[in-house]
Amino acid sequence: MDPIMLSRIQYALTTIFHFFFVPLSIGLVLLVAIMETLYVVKGKEVYKTMAKFWGKLFLINFAVGVVTGILQEFQFGMNWSEYSRFVGDVFGAPLAVEALLAFFMESTFIGLWIFGWDRLSKKVHLACIWLVFVGTFLSALWILAANSFMQHPVGFEINNGRAEMNDFFALITNGQLLVEFPHTIFGALMTGAFVVTGISAYKLMKKQDVEIFRKSFNIAIIIGLVSSLGVAFSGHFQAQYLVETQPMKMAASEGTWTTTEDPAPWTVVAAIDPDKQENSGEIKIPGLLSYLSYSKFSGSVKGMKELQAEYEQTYGPGDYIPPVRTTFWSFRIMIAAGGLMILLAVYGTFLALRRKLEGAGKWFMRLMVFAISLPFIANTSGWIMTEVGRQPWTVFGYMTTAAGVSPNVSAGQILFSTIAFTAAYTVLGIVMVYLFVREIKAGPYAVEKPEEHDESADPFGVDGGYSVVTK
Amino acid sequence: MLSLSELWFLLIAVLFVGFFFLEGFDFGVGMSTAIIGKTDRERRTLINSIGPFWDGNEVWLITAGGAMFAAFPHWYATLFSGFYLPLVVVLLALIGRGVAFEFRSKMRHERWRKTWDIIIVVSSALLPFLFGVVFATLMKGLPIDGQMQLRPGFLDIVNPYTVVGGLSVTLLCLVHGLLFASLRTVGDLRERALNTARKLMLPLAAILAVYAVMTYFMTDVFAVRGWALWIMVVLGAASLGLAAYFVRQKREAWAFGMTGAVIAIAFASVFIGLFPRVMVSSMGSAFDLTVYNAASGAYSLKVMTIVACTLLPFVLGYQIWSYYIFRKRLNDQHHLEY
Repeated sequence: MDPIMLSRIQYALTTIFHFFFVPLSIGLVLLVAIMETLYVVKGKEVYKTMAKFWGKLFLINFAVGVVTGILQEFQFGMNWSEYSRFVGDVFGAPLAVEALLAFFMESTFIGLWIFGWDRLSKKVHLACIWLVFVGTFLSALWILAANSFMQHPVGFEINNGRAEMNDFFALITNGQLLVEFPHTIFGALMTGAFVVTGISAYKLMKKQDVEIFRKSFNIAIIIGLVSSLGVAFSGHFQAQYLVETQPMKMAASEGTWTTTEDPAPWTVVAAIDPDKQENSGEIKIPGLLSYLSYSKFSGSVKGMKELQAEYEQTYGPGDYIPPVRTTFWSFRIMIAAGGLMILLAVYGTFLALRRKLEGAGKWFMRLMVFAISLPFIANTSGWIMTEVGRQPWTVFGYMTTAAGVSPNVSAGQILFSTIAFTAAYTVLGIVMVYLFVREIKAGPYAVEKPEEHDESADPFGVDGGYSVVTK
Repeated sequence: MLSLSELWFLLIAVLFVGFFFLEGFDFGVGMSTAIIGKTDRERRTLINSIGPFWDGNEVWLITAGGAMFAAFPHWYATLFSGFYLPLVVVLLALIGRGVAFEFRSKMRHERWRKTWDIIIVVSSALLPFLFGVVFATLMKGLPIDGQMQLRPGFLDIVNPYTVVGGLSVTLLCLVHGLLFASLRTVGDLRERALNTARKLMLPLAAILAVYAVMTYFMTDVFAVRGWALWIMVVLGAASLGLAAYFVRQKREAWAFGMTGAVIAIAFASVFIGLFPRVMVSSMGSAFDLTVYNAASGAYSLKVMTIVACTLLPFVLGYQIWSYYIFRKRLNDQHHLEY
């Protein structure tokens, strides 16, 4: 295999895995912060129990997010050294700011939060979890500033064959960032919300700790409603920006080979043949693509064939069409999952507000449990569309992915590291899910037996030396 | 007057020195769980002594990496792609260690705990060793060609000089960590930590001396920096001597400060010896990467300088505050939140 393909596979695998955890962390920490705020304001123990229970899940998840994030930072230098040389000046700056501004904040205050329950006053302790949330939020902002530069390079000039920053302000007011950041953040909040509502629904069906899980459901479903609507609106703006700045990605995600009629219809499904550059079996909704692209029911959208010709004129000969099927289907999967979540959030909020949750019928609760998977599907397919749809570019218009790879690293080395990381990540994933399930089953009132029994615990006993005391 | 690229070299040096001073002790505490932690409760106490800090300490490394990427893209690219396989191991160890702290306490099965405990010990020993090896090669020089590409052979990275460098850093971190553990515990555990540190002082002094001599003969840093490095050697030896003295006096806070000083002096010496080079090429000094030819543009450095100067006081402030909050020793009555 060639090093480029292997580096791409490694990047895709590690990024997708990392991005399972990061949005959940952001979403969960907000919910934990809200619950602890209720505890401090209302003074009811039940909110503290809630904050601690969801906090445990957050911590397991956060740990995996942090360790997989370190690999992300190192990977640019290891597998993509030519890319790093070319853009380090611009791309490195937001990464450095992310570490200084966000990572220090998250890591310090999470330590204070975990170990500070009985050493800090209630309010200071509460401030710690909010600062962790602010940290995760800022971290997302800066990493997306870096990503936005790859999608839509701004604020730099080419000197001696390198991109050199000449306008930092342009970098953080990049139009791409302004549409990408809200979309991603709402997606993250939605992830936390659907995980909490799903788990709560499961517990409510089992009639366990009803008060806690009803309250958790109610808080989370409101966040879920707001964020799922936020995702949809910000996604709409992002699509419009896409038409302007990366028309090829838009055309590929629509499977549009030739420039459409005016108004442009939206293709629901199609069988795409990238070799013949044509589609069959299309189902279309008239005018909808025009609306998605321009917020009005008129205007045509350029096709890939025309864009290919234009790009060849600008950038020289080459294949500028990204993997069309992947882009097309990941876009549709994202939209379907997102749409489903809006419906569920609307209905769930309706039930919660009318206090009819328990009478809701098992089908809805079951659906909410199933819906835990939806944000992960939507997040993943959204990123696949964004990153695959940008190919062959790594920095749009300036550097191809193939040019960014490390010339001094052999395919064998990358194969080795890919296998090693994949194996490690698989173990991590399994352990994490296992621990999640365990914590959920044990419930919010699970407490460990006092330590005195610890040493004499018999590993061959009925409970393996471990037992859970439920109040 | 310091140019901006020189300033950023200094900042990155400070970040690495800070990283080894701080994460150095939590590496050491990680290793010490196998040496002085006899029961599960003791191991847990030891881990809790670094519980609130290790994550923040590690961010020093991440920030150093980010700063290197932004301020010296060529340094970052050459180093990280050149040290491919060692870095894969570093990353696996960082991943395993990070989740082990969180996961080990989640179940009380003996095998579960043992597995994560082993991962903590092995990764806590492996990481300082590998960092020691990498920093030793930086001083010794590596085959970097005219295109700034590094294609090292096995012996370029693993040789007597770098292995001694790796062992020195590992042992230094272990002693530093034992002293930190003695600072934050009481009774038996504290005694054992102090005793073990006392016994390790002589081997530590010996290996550091050997490493200093090897550095004199096998690298050009003494030739390039002359008296500056001799001062560092004298300061380092004095700090180590004081550390040994304070350990005998059972004044662990002072002893810990002194081993910290040894770490700071050792890594500062690396950067002093390198300057103005960031990576030494064994294929000829024309191919060296320096703070001038590996640096970002002036604008980028200026922006980052402003950002760093604005943020660093806050970062230092709340990190110090968190150490202040958790300044008390962990005793038997204490509920171990984890």
